[in-house]
Amino acid sequence: MSQPAYPTAWRRPPQIVKDRRWRLALQIGILAYLVLAIGSLEVNWERVAIGLERGQRFVMGFLQPDFASRWSDISRGLVESLTMTLTSTVVGVLISVPIGIGAARNMVPRPIYLVCRGIIAVSRSLQEVIIAIFLVAMFGFGPFAGFLTLSFATIGFLAKLLADDIEEIDETQAEAIRATGASWWQLVNYAVQPQVMPRLIGLSLYRLDINFRESAVIGIVGAGGIGATLNTAIDRYEYDSAGAILLIIIAIVMVAEYGSSYLRKFLQ
Amino acid sequence: MSGPEHHSQVWTYRTPRARLLIWTGWVALVALFVWCWQLMTRDTIWFFVQDAPRQAVDIGSRMVPPRWEYVPELLVPMWDTLNIATLGTIGGVILAVPVAFLAARNTSPSPRLLRPIALFIIVASRSINSLIWALLLVAIIGPGILAGIVAIALRSIGFVGKLLYEAIEETDPLQVEAIEATGASGAQVLNYGIVPQIMPAFWAISTFRWDINIRESTILGLVGAGGIGLKLQASLNVLAWGQVTVILILILGTVIVSEWVSARIRHAII
Repeated sequence: MSQPAYPTAWRRPPQIVKDRRWRLALQIGILAYLVLAIGSLEVNWERVAIGLERGQRFVMGFLQPDFASRWSDISRGLVESLTMTLTSTVVGVLISVPIGIGAARNMVPRPIYLVCRGIIAVSRSLQEVIIAIFLVAMFGFGPFAGFLTLSFATIGFLAKLLADDIEEIDETQAEAIRATGASWWQLVNYAVQPQVMPRLIGLSLYRLDINFRESAVIGIVGAGGIGATLNTAIDRYEYDSAGAILLIIIAIVMVAEYGSSYLRKFLQ
Repeated sequence: MSGPEHHSQVWTYRTPRARLLIWTGWVALVALFVWCWQLMTRDTIWFFVQDAPRQAVDIGSRMVPPRWEYVPELLVPMWDTLNIATLGTIGGVILAVPVAFLAARNTSPSPRLLRPIALFIIVASRSINSLIWALLLVAIIGPGILAGIVAIALRSIGFVGKLLYEAIEETDPLQVEAIEATGASGAQVLNYGIVPQIMPAFWAISTFRWDINIRESTILGLVGAGGIGLKLQASLNVLAWGQVTVILILILGTVIVSEWVSARIRHAII
């Protein structure tokens, strides 16, 4: 009787795709896609080579940013971006609270639920930049179109998260309030609002942060803000001013992120 | 016998002091809002705003019917867009993995020096939108798909890096200790102790980012970085609103499909 030989080497078992054939098929598929995709790339390497020198200039501009020579443009863009961010967040939150309540299945009858979920789906599926293009065409250039864009985008984001949150509230508390004979408004005020308020404030602060980032982008299509200034600076090949603008954006986003996470911790 | 009279008989949720504080906060917020509103609308031309509903009706009437004959011309740009998103995601993920290991507290080789640098890379990449990266890269390496791919990759570093380093920090130290106890080297500890633990998170994060990247790559063409955005820009420039409708429907369809695919993959992994 000979014992079966113990294996002396160990191979780690596959973690995700356990079937060998599937793994092979997936690998071949991915390889085929990569060959096709990279084959269809058309890269003008001469242009890239020329560009590297420009890239060097840009990196130099980033390292030695020039805040001074375009400061009036930069500060105007910043003021537009910051005011746009705040106003759009406030208006967006105000509109998304009723929509969020309407989109919670446990609060409203089915027709209202469907309408509110529809509004959310429309607002979420469209890119901010595409909305901005249309609103600029309707309302003219400038921060007002940007304000409308960001408010619209805020609704989709905030109303969805708020609705999901309301659907997950502790039902026993709502039932306790209902048992006192409370009306629907009293139910919202005493059963729902205390449960979702901390999260609503947290989400609003988070959205404030996102809206600032987005406000830097929609300027590229004419909706005002620091993005417009950045676009001009790059068009003029003023990389040192562009570097300064980017550094300002990064700094503000960092401050906003740490500030909002601190505030959220403080509030919860 | 009567109870203590000096207590208010009506139950209130907060003390008067807390209520005062909260009201002050709200008034300050309203004041800030009004001030910002005035600053923002200083240069707004209200005539255009009043005119907006008419403009909206006008554009809306031009957008229907969609010009379906345009679809064949859009297939190649759509393929380009998918490539920008996919190759950009792959590039971004490859760059993000080392950054994530440098940024995680439990794997960073030097928490004093390299960790802040890695964290700065993550924040810088996250705070600049891919459209802005594309704007820069088009100016530097010229218009085309390559600029789009690099822009998507640069933007993805921050997102993937942040979520991945959080996943690394949440790994179970017991498993790492077990590997260390076998006398494994540093690289072996990473490979057998940490990598298996973060693998599901890694794939979930990557597919999630891929889904977001599909969304973002559709508009990169607006600044010249290839894909279907180029066609959108061209149609907008000649005011061919019927074509714009077709492009938007196509973008919407792609986004919905990619969201469904990524949700299925993530569901299968987790």
